[in-house]
Amino acid sequence: MINKFTLNWISVSGFFHKFITSCLLLVVFIGPVFAQADLSDVEVRSYHVQGNVWLLQGAGGNVTVQIGDEGVLVVDTQFAETAPKILEEIRRLAPGKVIRYVLNTHAHSDHIGGNQIIKNAGLSFFAGGEAEETFGTGAEVIAHENAMLTMATSDPEVPFELWPTEVFIGDQYDFVFNKEAVLLFYNGRAHTNGDLVIFFRKSDVISAGDVYSTLGYPFIDESNFGHINGIIDALNTIIRIAVPVQNQEGGTMIISGHGRLADEADVVEYRDMITIIRDRVQYLIGQGMGLDEILEIRPSRDYDGRYATGNSSVAFITAIYNGLNE
Amino acid sequence: MKMQLKKTLSILLLGGLIAAPALKVQAGIAGYWGAIYHEDIEERIPGPEAGDYAGLPINDDARLRGDTWQSGLLNVPEHQCKPHPATYGFRGIGSLRITEEIDPVSQQVIAFHTYIEWMEQKRTIWMDGRPHPSDASPHTWGGFSTGHFEGNTLVVHTSHLKAGWIRRNGIALSDQATLDEYFFLGIDGTVLTHVSMVSDPIYLTEPFVRTNGFEWLAAAEVSSYPCRPAIELDREFGYIPHWMINSDDAREGSLGFSGRWEIPLEAARGGAHTAQPQYIDVVR
Repeated sequence: MINKFTLNWISVSGFFHKFITSCLLLVVFIGPVFAQADLSDVEVRSYHVQGNVWLLQGAGGNVTVQIGDEGVLVVDTQFAETAPKILEEIRRLAPGKVIRYVLNTHAHSDHIGGNQIIKNAGLSFFAGGEAEETFGTGAEVIAHENAMLTMATSDPEVPFELWPTEVFIGDQYDFVFNKEAVLLFYNGRAHTNGDLVIFFRKSDVISAGDVYSTLGYPFIDESNFGHINGIIDALNTIIRIAVPVQNQEGGTMIISGHGRLADEADVVEYRDMITIIRDRVQYLIGQGMGLDEILEIRPSRDYDGRYATGNSSVAFITAIYNGLNE
Repeated sequence: MKMQLKKTLSILLLGGLIAAPALKVQAGIAGYWGAIYHEDIEERIPGPEAGDYAGLPINDDARLRGDTWQSGLLNVPEHQCKPHPATYGFRGIGSLRITEEIDPVSQQVIAFHTYIEWMEQKRTIWMDGRPHPSDASPHTWGGFSTGHFEGNTLVVHTSHLKAGWIRRNGIALSDQATLDEYFFLGIDGTVLTHVSMVSDPIYLTEPFVRTNGFEWLAAAEVSSYPCRPAIELDREFGYIPHWMINSDDAREGSLGFSGRWEIPLEAARGGAHTAQPQYIDVVR
């Protein structure tokens, strides 16, 4: 049975090295038996992006880490199995510093699975005060309200310990940490209905979440109200924020949800590709075609070699079609 | 004795003449070089016609990218200041400057830096044996290049390229493309030949090989080329011009090109076989 939980994993496939991918695909087809994926051999590697911001890669979504005098902020936490290694790498990069915040770009398990471990290793600014009764101990975990609702209604349910301790509604939330403005942008229904694009203004780094992947087409999670137009809106938000240094290169750096580091020009290439494919599907719908006819035409075929993994182009076109037909 | 001395001097002189170009190559690749445009001048200066894919070893995916590409894309602010990627830059216009970066202690060449004026195309070719970056590293227009000398020839391998193009009519390259190059000087050191081989598992069926000629410039200057994008047309942000798939507009490029030049449509559509010398018989 393919359900919401297993669908979450599809966005992960194609990112790991081959054996991990095989394990996770097995999980997709046999059901949500998370423990069967062996992540014990996964190595976590860190890359300094610029300013206060680092990229950590292991298994699952990319992890963004901001380090400064006030402590550590972590965006996304991968899986419970890899979180101890994430934690170990953070401690190596920021010895003696306290993890104060965990931000979640969305509710998928490859981005929140390590929430409890990373949160419990930290301490919020509320620790010790009366607010501790409300927020509990550990680092503060912030997400969009819709991400929490996804966790709360997930089947199988997401353990309460992984949920955010602070949520917001509306299209923007911001605060200052490590003398740097941290801006969280919500673009409506995109990869899910609770995605955030996070901008570290002084370091000039954007953590994009899964609206942007250098590894493949975006996964539009229809069971969690994802929509093609929100993904395009989110990519356009990134492009509006990003400023290249010269000749469409450098300047604002973008951490993709999965894959390599990028700058504005890379996101422009991706945004163009997705917009063109969306426009083609819209055009073919306008010609009176149904999904089967559109799939027959393969409107993404000139991009499939670069962005499709397995049958993902069919899922991508189907999700676009369904979204445009709402 | 006199004869022996004469013979020795002759050998030394001959040896010196033979060795001279080698020494010049090692030290002489740096400098200013003017592009020689006699090869494919129609494509390089006025630019290619829409739908002309002749001679390119492309697959059907690349053809569709070209068919649906609209030149109006270049008006989109995010596209206005894109330089040529390294896979095309040496084919473009403008003088080439090559400078050496020398290790002050060992006096070894650490890197060559190349600069082409249009859109300030900059590249660094590392000569110090450093490895290429990880898969997590960003891609750039110039890519990451490492080089070494094989005899008198500078051999360069480039990875980490941004998605780009190999012809300025929408024939795309992916960010998986790599570039292998050979730079060698003519016998008197005044002509630099550049051979490039572009490989792309996404859009090319085999490596795309081109040569570019440059002549040494005794005196030259290169200007800066600042570029700031501006809104030139009142469009909605995020609008991407493109011809629709399966439309007459998308078909018109190659049909129009083959019709105007009275060549078979198949020739206009390109493919590795259209680069073969004998293919001219088909065109005729």
